[in-house]
Amino acid sequence: MSDTADHETTRRDFIYYATAGAGAVAAGAAVWPLVNQMNPSADVLALLSIRVDVSAVNPGSQLTVLWQGKPVFIRHRTEAEIEEARTQVEDVSSLPDPSARNENLAQPVEAPATFENRSLPAPEGSEEGEGAWIVQMGVCTHLGCVPLGDSGDFGGWFCPCHGSHYDLSGRIRRGPAPRNLEIPPVAWVDGTTIQIGEESA
Amino acid sequence: MIRTLTTSAAVALSLLAPVAAQAAGEGHVENYEFPFEGPFGSYDQMQLQRGLQIYTQICSSCHGLQYVALRTLADEGGPGWTLDEVRAYIDYQGIEVWDPELFDGEGDFRPATPADRFPPVTGAGAPDLSLMAKARAGFSGPYGTGISQFINGMGGPEYIASLLTGYEDPPSCAPEDFDGYYNTVFTAGGYPAECIDEDGHHMYPGSWIGMAPPLWGEDVDFADGSSNELEEEAKDVAAFLMWTAEPKLNQRKEAGLTGVIFLTVLSVLLYFTNKRLWAPHKKKVKGDTDA
Amino acid sequence: MSGIPHDHYEPSTGGEKWLYRRLPIVGLLYDTLMIPTPKNLNWMWIWGIVLTFTLVLQIVTGIVLVMHYVPHVDMAFASIEHIMRDVNGGHMIRYFHMNGASLFFVAVYMHIFRALYYGSYKAPREVTWIIGILMFLIMMGTAFMGYVLPWGQMSFHGTAVITGLFGAIPFIGEGIQTWLLGAGAVGQPALNRFFSLHYLLPFILVGLTAVHIWAFHTTGNNNPTGVEVRRSSKEEAEKDTLPFWPYFVIKDLFALAVILTVFMAIVGFMPNYLGHPDNYIEANPLATPSHIVPEWYFLPFYAILRAFVEGVWVVEIAGWISFGIIDAKFFGVLAMFGAILVMALAPWLDTSSVRSGRYRPMFKWWFALLVIDFIVLMWAGAMPAEEPYATISLIASAYWFGYFLVILPLLGVIEKPMAQPSTIEEDFAAHYAPHTGGTTTAVNPAE
Repeated sequence: MSDTADHETTRRDFIYYATAGAGAVAAGAAVWPLVNQMNPSADVLALLSIRVDVSAVNPGSQLTVLWQGKPVFIRHRTEAEIEEARTQVEDVSSLPDPSARNENLAQPVEAPATFENRSLPAPEGSEEGEGAWIVQMGVCTHLGCVPLGDSGDFGGWFCPCHGSHYDLSGRIRRGPAPRNLEIPPVAWVDGTTIQIGEESA
Repeated sequence: MIRTLTTSAAVALSLLAPVAAQAAGEGHVENYEFPFEGPFGSYDQMQLQRGLQIYTQICSSCHGLQYVALRTLADEGGPGWTLDEVRAYIDYQGIEVWDPELFDGEGDFRPATPADRFPPVTGAGAPDLSLMAKARAGFSGPYGTGISQFINGMGGPEYIASLLTGYEDPPSCAPEDFDGYYNTVFTAGGYPAECIDEDGHHMYPGSWIGMAPPLWGEDVDFADGSSNELEEEAKDVAAFLMWTAEPKLNQRKEAGLTGVIFLTVLSVLLYFTNKRLWAPHKKKVKGDTDA
Repeated sequence: MSGIPHDHYEPSTGGEKWLYRRLPIVGLLYDTLMIPTPKNLNWMWIWGIVLTFTLVLQIVTGIVLVMHYVPHVDMAFASIEHIMRDVNGGHMIRYFHMNGASLFFVAVYMHIFRALYYGSYKAPREVTWIIGILMFLIMMGTAFMGYVLPWGQMSFHGTAVITGLFGAIPFIGEGIQTWLLGAGAVGQPALNRFFSLHYLLPFILVGLTAVHIWAFHTTGNNNPTGVEVRRSSKEEAEKDTLPFWPYFVIKDLFALAVILTVFMAIVGFMPNYLGHPDNYIEANPLATPSHIVPEWYFLPFYAILRAFVEGVWVVEIAGWISFGIIDAKFFGVLAMFGAILVMALAPWLDTSSVRSGRYRPMFKWWFALLVIDFIVLMWAGAMPAEEPYATISLIASAYWFGYFLVILPLLGVIEKPMAQPSTIEEDFAAHYAPHTGGTTTAVNPAE
């Protein structure tokens, strides 16, 4: 074989590899949309966050809204409830679930389940004290039933399915449920509107 | 041979074409320029905002946009609002949607959210505008071959803009009390028998449309100081309706361009691969000299 | 399998032998892929691969669309808009599927006319041809039912018109039409069953594709000369052929890439060009579009359907002979299906001893006229049913039947064919190595 023949071979191989490579890229580019189309569509993503007007929710009442197909409890505590909730538990670490389970904290799981860590911070310019609002998923952490409000042995919620008792801060106190009620991402948009969930990019 | 056949067939077709006469009474659609035309065209954000303003202030009283989600006003390639601007718009316009889950399943109206779509407007009996720019073709000829569409596009937005500027005083042949408004572009409306000649041809283009002239010029004031003459307004709202009909146009053209470029490269590579692969068999002569 | 002698798969390793004794699938794939293929195939022999690719494209995009589509009269149209607006990349996938149908028919018409010109339908390839025609019919059925699914104005009223054709059948027509639609008119039952069948039929096409390939792998490919591959020995066969892989796979892939470039430009820049604007209006039984036109690929046959109206003498005679049972409407339906039937009968109608049109001096011109005729029919089908289009349609339809029923049988008798090359090797050498003899050193710069 002469040098020319070698060059010839190299050039031929290059063309073959380049073509095979380009073909592989084309195939990959064709496959990705087929995979991606199964990801949540724009209308589903648009419902990742909802806004709730809570101006009509008076102290001592609870509003239940649907978010992502699940109920969310928005509880407006009375002054007395705030006081009771603040002092309800002295030693958080003795609770069945000492974890805050609050998505809005820097450490949702590691943070302790204190009254402050479980409550929604007051909106700017609010005249009520801290802890007037608590927002949590209305899904029992046992088997997913919807707990009843204003009931149970600890003044908070009671799940009728298997008898789990949650206190005024939504912490599990007695019964089979393993965890405190989850707190979703939630924030004040203005003084009377709560946003649940995060806006998609 | 096949190539000759194809060519001759095309020639034959073009010779045959003039035999057919153009349908009489066809309205003239002006071929307006739009920024989203051609392979590199894309929507002009400011124009879409102006069109949205016209839709909101004028069209929306009778026409809905039931397939357009309010959130898409904040989508890339659209009018380019933020979601907060969309919320402010909903608030200001007082847009409400029917929610069948409210009122214990009996349904009730509630304020719209960005996730909702523009509510349908049914009261006036006017058609929904979401897809209007794709549901109409401004160009069709010559002789029904659709070749002009190949060059100029389907002509949906051109048709809308032409229709909005196509109102004229009715021809004298028409009775004074004839229903509707004479429009030179709209062909699907009523036509007075007095204006049809003895061969059954319409003597004047267009027909009588039910919609009163919605735009007269200077109907709205644009924040960006753009001209609000009739023709400019018509083009702006036509562009906006093209966006409502085809919100993914920008993305589609980008994908198309990428695909075309990539496939061209792939074609060239395959051409050389094929040539090299076949070379030993097609050039026996050369193989002989090498040996 | 009889056919062209060539090397067969021999399992070499232990694992291969183990599998081969239980399921000789590798051998089947090997023999299919390495099939000896006439080396003089020209660029009209690429459409089979294009069709196979398009079938896969339509099935894959179709399965994806079904994940988001809702076959319900109240939601079908909106679910298409959901795909176009909200589903990730949905607008591209839908436009690919929509225009994929057009690509499919472009390719199938090229494929059919190639076969008609080079005599690929003639013995011993009649079975390949008949299966091909059957696939063409199923394709048309699939495309028609798919067009119903977006539930636009054209979907709805087009379905009403086409199923109405069955209503033209004497005595039992109305019963058949009602049975097809599951109701007196197009509605939810029709939409649901067309959706089901639109999903099913492509897979039947896959099966028929396999049989189609099996058939022509048994007889061997036809080629531009129409001269058969020599098959008395493997050595002789190898002078006429090259294995399908890699020679024809790469060649076909190159052609496919070029075609897909054009296809991509249409999808990217003018995806609605081949569609109809009225189908962006939701179906409304109360308002018929002023001008119902089928998709472009049905137009030639639609023109034939409409060409035979009352007063045309063949229609009158048919009515008279059948005591009025065959009226103009039914005659039109018969003509439309007959236009495809005469194509299926081509192997027996063509009496010429020469296979390829390349060596048939008179046939060439009649064939060219047939291609023009087809395009004229396509154009006439899109025109309103009035003069002069009606007369043009009638003349063009008459030629379609005349070509198959009169010209093909007659030409074989009166035509004097030109000399054919004796072997494929000779034809190939004439194209690519003009200075055969082995001593010439000149390299053709054009190559």
